[in-house]
Amino acid sequence: MSQINHHLTDALLMAYSAGTLPEAFSLVVATHISMCDECRAQAGSFDSVGGQILDDATSEAISDDALAATLRLIGGAAPEPRAPSTRRAPSTFPLPLQDYVGGDVDAVRWKRLGGGVRQMILPSSSEASVRLLYIPGGAAVPDHGHRGTELTIVLQGAFRDETDRFGVGDIEVATEDLEHKPVAEPGVACICLAATDAPLKFNSVIPRMLQPLFKI
Amino acid sequence: MNIQMNIVGKTGAQAALGSYSANHSLCVRVPGKVQLTEKDQSASPQWATEILAIRDRQDQVAFARLFQHFAPRIKGFLIKSGSPADVAEDCAQEVMATVWRKAALFDPSRASASTWIFTIARNKRIDVVRRERRPEPEDLPWGPEAEADQEDALALEQETERLSKAISALPEKQRALIQRAYYGDLSHRELAEETGLPLGTIKSRIRLALDRLRHEMK
Ligand SMILES: [Zn+2]
Repeated sequence: MSQINHHLTDALLMAYSAGTLPEAFSLVVATHISMCDECRAQAGSFDSVGGQILDDATSEAISDDALAATLRLIGGAAPEPRAPSTRRAPSTFPLPLQDYVGGDVDAVRWKRLGGGVRQMILPSSSEASVRLLYIPGGAAVPDHGHRGTELTIVLQGAFRDETDRFGVGDIEVATEDLEHKPVAEPGVACICLAATDAPLKFNSVIPRMLQPLFKI
Repeated sequence: MNIQMNIVGKTGAQAALGSYSANHSLCVRVPGKVQLTEKDQSASPQWATEILAIRDRQDQVAFARLFQHFAPRIKGFLIKSGSPADVAEDCAQEVMATVWRKAALFDPSRASASTWIFTIARNKRIDVVRRERRPEPEDLPWGPEAEADQEDALALEQETERLSKAISALPEKQRALIQRAYYGDLSHRELAEETGLPLGTIKSRIRLALDRLRHEMK
């Protein structure tokens, strides 16, 4: 596991645990947790809060037949055995992301955005959108501000913006007040997964014209 | 009838070895130190024992006890989350069926029984009410030691107990806010960055269990 310096916020982890994050954000959170035991443990502690809320929930009477009905659902089947542990080959994308892409980085169907930048929009519920971005080493991501929340996780390479450096596994949480100019570090291309709950707004004229075309 | 176990200090280890007989009287194999009262106390370690009994022996009696305790709470939780009563009832049954099917995935060193069952109920809510997928983190590979470390499990149990007390001790307004968050009433934007929850020790506990798992894989 590489050194991770930028983690998920408690608000995001709590919402993920409560099950209220839009799917697009949950994908970024699950991807980060797959790479970061600190946040995995913190997510576990928020699940414990959920366990207490469940324990304290008002009991609602259930029908007399409920237990029998549940046993019918189970249908006499034995509990599923735990899958034997297999060490899988190292990959660029953790499994939850591979589920959405249909494979690792070589399975991505990139669309060109100009300037060597590419993207692939992943399917998710409409509350928020999520996409993979490919930024050649040294290239800038188009300058944009945000209206909602944007979560970005680095999967390969690194980028810098006005605030800091973001390497593999790092999360950047950008809100409305952050107007930033991320630039990929020279060398290997930077690949990140970015989710937003508002359409990105680009500051230069041409990308804005391209916006409907590319679904940026 | 529900029974409360008051566990004093290290006796959690012994309490977890105890088991309920069918008439709900407690048989503790190590005598003394475990007190019983008639009040409801749901964080008692016996629920972990029930899940392991389902896993190991397909124990329907253990399942019935678990069902009696959790199914009405799951139904209550889902109704509070906005489900109509009949949907909540069906979902509670499906959640309990999943508890049976997935019993082998329960790891008491990383989650208490209530916590684990909560995550199943929550996922059911996302699936049925929100009709969304929930991306889950990649699971850790299981070590050659398939069994969770007993002491880790007990230490986590005690931390869970402490967390439960801390939540009850929160000011009413703050507790209500946290409940609303878990009942799906608040969006992530409405959540405060400072939760006011004392999660430091429980997080360290889970972290230790994760480290142990990772170490076993080496
Ligand atoms: Zn983290």
